[in-house]
Amino acid sequence: MKHEQQHNPPMKYGMAIDLDKCTGCGACMVACMSENNIPFREDESDKLVSISWMSVFKLTNGKAFPDTEICYLPRPCQHCEGHGGHSPCVSVCPATATDYSAETGIVSQIYTRCFGCRYCMGACPYHARYFNWWDPVWPEGMEKYLSPNVSPRMRGVVEKCSFCFHRYQLAKNKAYLNDERTVPEAAYQTACTQACPAGAIVFGDLNNPAHQVHQIVKPDPRKGNKSRNPRAFRLLERLGTNPKVYYLSSREWVRRAGDNYLAHEKTGQVSNVHH
Amino acid sequence: MKVDRRSFLSFVIGGAAGTALSPLPWKLIDDSSIWSQMWPWTPVPPDGEVVYEDSTCSLCPGGCGISVRKVDNRAVKIEGKKGHPVNDGGICILGLSGLQLLYGPTRIKTPMKRIGERGEGKWRKISWDEATVILTEKLTDIRNRGEAHTVAAIAESDSGTVPALLQRFMTAYGSPNFIRTSSQVDADELAVKTLFGATGRAGFDLENADYVLSFGAGLVDGWGSPVRMFRAGSLWKEKNVAVVQVEPRLSNSAAKATRWVPINPGTEADLALGIAAVLVSQNMVDTGGVSGFGSWKSDLLSNYPTQKVSQTTGVAADVIVDLAKGFAKADRPLALCGRGKGLVAGSLRETAAVYALNALAGNINRTGGMWAVPESDYIQWPKAATDKLASAGLRQPRIDGAGAGRYADSRYLPNRLADGVNGEGPYPLQVLLVAGANPCHDLPDSKNVRAAFARIPFIVSFSSFNDETSAMADLLLPDHVYLERYEDVPVGAGLARQVIGLSRPVVSAQFNTRHLGETVIAAARAMGGSIADAFPWPDYETCLEETLGEKWDTLMETGVWVENDIDPVADTVRLAGMDAPAIQAEGDVDRFPLLLVPYDSIRISGGTIGDPPFMIKTVADTVIKGKDGFVEVNPQTASAAGLTEGDMATLSTPRGEVRVRIHLFEGIKPGVAAMARGLGHTAYDGYLAEKGVNVNELIGPVEDPSSGHDAAWGIRAKLAKA
Repeated sequence: MKHEQQHNPPMKYGMAIDLDKCTGCGACMVACMSENNIPFREDESDKLVSISWMSVFKLTNGKAFPDTEICYLPRPCQHCEGHGGHSPCVSVCPATATDYSAETGIVSQIYTRCFGCRYCMGACPYHARYFNWWDPVWPEGMEKYLSPNVSPRMRGVVEKCSFCFHRYQLAKNKAYLNDERTVPEAAYQTACTQACPAGAIVFGDLNNPAHQVHQIVKPDPRKGNKSRNPRAFRLLERLGTNPKVYYLSSREWVRRAGDNYLAHEKTGQVSNVHH
Repeated sequence: MKVDRRSFLSFVIGGAAGTALSPLPWKLIDDSSIWSQMWPWTPVPPDGEVVYEDSTCSLCPGGCGISVRKVDNRAVKIEGKKGHPVNDGGICILGLSGLQLLYGPTRIKTPMKRIGERGEGKWRKISWDEATVILTEKLTDIRNRGEAHTVAAIAESDSGTVPALLQRFMTAYGSPNFIRTSSQVDADELAVKTLFGATGRAGFDLENADYVLSFGAGLVDGWGSPVRMFRAGSLWKEKNVAVVQVEPRLSNSAAKATRWVPINPGTEADLALGIAAVLVSQNMVDTGGVSGFGSWKSDLLSNYPTQKVSQTTGVAADVIVDLAKGFAKADRPLALCGRGKGLVAGSLRETAAVYALNALAGNINRTGGMWAVPESDYIQWPKAATDKLASAGLRQPRIDGAGAGRYADSRYLPNRLADGVNGEGPYPLQVLLVAGANPCHDLPDSKNVRAAFARIPFIVSFSSFNDETSAMADLLLPDHVYLERYEDVPVGAGLARQVIGLSRPVVSAQFNTRHLGETVIAAARAMGGSIADAFPWPDYETCLEETLGEKWDTLMETGVWVENDIDPVADTVRLAGMDAPAIQAEGDVDRFPLLLVPYDSIRISGGTIGDPPFMIKTVADTVIKGKDGFVEVNPQTASAAGLTEGDMATLSTPRGEVRVRIHLFEGIKPGVAAMARGLGHTAYDGYLAEKGVNVNELIGPVEDPSSGHDAAWGIRAKLAKA
């Protein structure tokens, strides 16, 4: 019998965010900012240039008082798989500064390779990418809290959510030292997941049936990884970006807000996907 | 060769054109952008050994356990502590931003003495010894003149050893004027005293409730212990617990509730009593645990018929009946109150009415119910001996009038401090000590407060930060921030158990600051006599360890001490305290047709701590844009005033006038305008200062007739195009 080298099956890290539980408190945003050395400026009210890898959007059902409803939607990088790692941003990057990892399913961003053409920002349908228009400046003394795990970015490069990749690296090293073949579910969690006081974010390997995220999402590989959970949806699912962030809501108008539906289309209806 | 004008111009223009056609300028631009990217002003955080140190967060009354990640001696990240009885790993947005407070430039770095005009910001650095001398000489001088009572202290809390030391200092010194900042705790304590006849606080077993009726309590907007509330909210979702939010505005709490009941602002007590009347008239009450039901019942039924309540509150009659039925049908229903984060005391009538609902449902002192939790009693110091001067001072009335006459039922009335200082008090105030409070920003009617502070000859601030109050001070004696100090953190915040957390130094003091406990002990020792005798401890840590006694070891080991087995202060609820008239909004209806209500957001710190840069960054551009603040109104209200989204408008109330932008929001009752609390700072730094409007500039205190507590829930207002 031919000896075959044994590889771990590829992982596909993803998220399920329960919008019924999300309160819009913003802890995920700040957990991310403080974990990833995200800079800030005196005026952050121009949201087009305000860097926030995790952004919480406020949705409304558009109805008048008193039938108004609101729902918050946290938006990290969706870590699109596309088809075979063909994510919108990865396919346009001329510098290979961003890549799709077949091992983890994480879309990387290598700051030192990025030369700031911002094609990826144009390509990303989720506005998940941010450009450093200025060098980061921390007020005197505050650079003391910067974490050595994530390098601060310089002016002229694009940055985005990495699913706290440095945490994966640490967890992987630790697993290796403990003689474990795989990274345990609890050992690798993103900063936003860990912080969320409402427990609205579940993170893990979508390929691993033992992981909670898999059990919630139950992705259907025959239908482009669409969730089998009737509460679940993905943002702009019909574009075929195949994102790995799933949202859960029991409200139809919220699920409908996740895509641009024509009036006659049913929520969640996937018409023919064009490739 | 002669260079004439023509050949010179030809040379310059030709040269310029030639250079422009060459790759040189483009290459230079490209290179300079690359070079400047390499310049070393992007910091490279040094690596080192990683350790986690546990402590307790005391930025709000929530009492969460935190775990701080350190790289060598630098704290780099604050995370929630797993397994902690309050937050079990969760953490809020403010707790996460703590390191920006620790390392931020808004810290007061050393004791300082004012040398310029007040508020001018000119200071001279002094040593701690010099600071102690200045403080104690001043205080001794006043005391020797027999005017010890003209010194007041204002603090954020009155529980825990540090506030207790300050209180003890005031007693030994001879002043009755220890003031705790206002919050829902005031009304809660009074309601427990009125209903249960004993001192204590209400605790809510929210996790086991099966129907939640919130009268404006910001369940996920920062009420109670915020992280615990977020967790409870998710638990309710999982267990399909009905959560009803009664509030004029679709807050986050209302948005997360299973049902939002919009109500006319300020009529929550009427609705609670209206629901009680339905319960009583339909025989859906459990009177086993209540006393005085007979007489209360007839008053209730005659004063709160459903139709009348519907008219007052703007809530349809069938909705009122529906809420009553839902409440009665549930096994463990809980009614809660305290608007938003509970930053305003509120009225006794409202608090008692809401607590009475819990009593009528028979849901007192049991699983899933409301508990009458005794005050924590671990601080057992012998009474401070008072000498003649102190006794004389202590016999004087308080500057805020609390505890005597028509204010007999209140303990502290910070809302009356400004008027007391401005001439209504029994005597002029000579010294004000401010600890962990920022009255110049947080007290209602800021203009009046600033005028009062200008009249106080000597203000001492113990604040760690350049806040509005320290800007008005004469002497700055900065305290360590919570990550640099030992402190016991007793947690109330609506917990149905007793919890004490321990804060411990995660990093060494970053600046020349000193623990407030040490400062108080040092001042007492320097003053000698009976004052020094009242403080037998050599330092604060000894005091803390001795005070905590057997709890100390548990606290040092696990960081938290919990008593789940509550011995309630009483079991029977006496139905009382609900007869006072409703609290009306200040202002004339004709001149001010709208009602302005403040709202709380978890992303905007509403208490003493100013919003750190990370938090301000998460605030929506419909709350702050540039420096402009927004007021939220229903599109109907706006169009009546000829205003539309983003317009600049003048918002005026009987107390003040500001310029704000309009934000249209369908989720607010027409005729109501809402503004975020906690903005409009003038101190701190450019990341926070001058952003938005301080709603306290527009709202004045309204006294609760039962106690004198501030019960203002809003004010009448007018919007006009600017």
